[in-house]
Amino acid sequence: MATKEEIVAGLADIVNEIAGIPTEDVQLDKSFTDDLDVDSLSMVEVVVAAEEQFGVKIPDDDVKNLKTVGDAVDYILKAQG
Amino acid sequence: MSPTNRTVVVTGIGATTPLGGDSASTWEALLAGRSGVSTLPQEWAADLPVRIAAQIAVEPGEILPRPLARKLDRSAQFALIAAREAWADAGFTAKAGEDAAVDPDRLGAVIASGIGGVTTLLDQYDILKNQGVRKVSPHTVPMLMPNSPAANVGIEVNARAGVHTPVSACASGAEAIGYAIEMIRTGRADVVVAGGTEAAIHPLPIVAFGNMMAMSKNNDDPQGASRPYDSDRNGFVLGEGAGVIVLESAEHAAARGARVYVEAVGQGISADAHHITQPEPTGRGIAAALQNLLDATDLKPAEIVHVNAHATSTPQGDVAEVKALRKVFGHDVDHMAVSATKSMTGHLLGGAGGIETVATVLALHHRLAPPTINLDNPDPEVDADIVRGEPRPLPAGTIAALNNSFGFGGHNVVLALRTPSV
Repeated sequence: MATKEEIVAGLADIVNEIAGIPTEDVQLDKSFTDDLDVDSLSMVEVVVAAEEQFGVKIPDDDVKNLKTVGDAVDYILKAQG
Repeated sequence: MSPTNRTVVVTGIGATTPLGGDSASTWEALLAGRSGVSTLPQEWAADLPVRIAAQIAVEPGEILPRPLARKLDRSAQFALIAAREAWADAGFTAKAGEDAAVDPDRLGAVIASGIGGVTTLLDQYDILKNQGVRKVSPHTVPMLMPNSPAANVGIEVNARAGVHTPVSACASGAEAIGYAIEMIRTGRADVVVAGGTEAAIHPLPIVAFGNMMAMSKNNDDPQGASRPYDSDRNGFVLGEGAGVIVLESAEHAAARGARVYVEAVGQGISADAHHITQPEPTGRGIAAALQNLLDATDLKPAEIVHVNAHATSTPQGDVAEVKALRKVFGHDVDHMAVSATKSMTGHLLGGAGGIETVATVLALHHRLAPPTINLDNPDPEVDADIVRGEPRPLPAGTIAALNNSFGFGGHNVVLALRTPSV
């Protein structure tokens, strides 16, 4: 079970790998699309990588609700539980 | 201004090829007669009947940022690298609109490839089979679609007058440049980024071309395998890379004080309607393309001093092309220095017309025709002056050159370039 901090750090690595954004810029209040250069296609990659890393399922219908890094962290925390 | 018959010029060139990571290093290697063919180092190649290819000299991953590269098929990566070089070489410092010298609504992009994102298609199918549905990249479709190199280059330079991808197998790159010439000549655009790209070094295309008996199997002599016009030629060698040029209306180039390499005089196009892969043996279709070029432009056979031939090193194709030159130009062929640069670059399929146009532009610009290597025993049926050994100086004054490209399907495209009138 990953902690909130571990999830943020994990997402930061994933966003860095996919979009080339420095990990320190991946903060809870950042929007994937507007701040982190993650378009709708790259968001699918982020989701698949996060599912694998944190052992959760994020159905396609829920992805559109994950606007910010914080949204994704909360979702993953709940889904782990 | 007559919008229907404008003069078109070339103001920028770019390339990434088996001979070098840009047009300057490629040109230097062409003049030096260097082969870009080598043994494929990949494990998958070990048991194939063809184990040689002309692989890119500088891996695109060394140039493009990783987040960008991972969303582009290799063919689009090559095109983007060559287009960036050509764009900067033309003197533009930012994309259209941001560089006030070019209006996005008057800028086009026409980039072709023969087979599109074939490695993406095959690699993603392997992922689907081996790792499952979820692992297939969401970028697969925009990576594999054949218009992806054109679209990505268009977005890069902000081209809004039209983005196109003509597909005609190994004539695709030349057809793209011909299409771009027409866009400018007829007034649809003032500037067009155009060329060809290909990235098909993968076991399936290699085995498939090999099973057609189209490729050289001289695995023990990679650098000697591509030997256009030689009596011992036995097929082409697959190459990869891209060549892109910036075409511009002469007025537009003059207004911004751009350097003009050459005039793009025009094109001649025809189709064999003969066989899906075999060239028409008498060169009838190629001759028709050459005649159409003469009929459509003010080009004079006496001006043509250089031909960058299609000459892929196949037994039939090389001879048919020369027959066609003789049929249309007669004794004028005697003053044409013919170069088969595929002897060094291998055959880039849809990329060939792109890099060979870059080579032809530079041949006129520097007045030097590159040599044809591996021509040890010229085929007696080849009745033309093939440049061998050292590069051949081309004459002073107004001179013109042809770049020929022909494709499976019977597509014939001939482009004509000429030194600019001063």
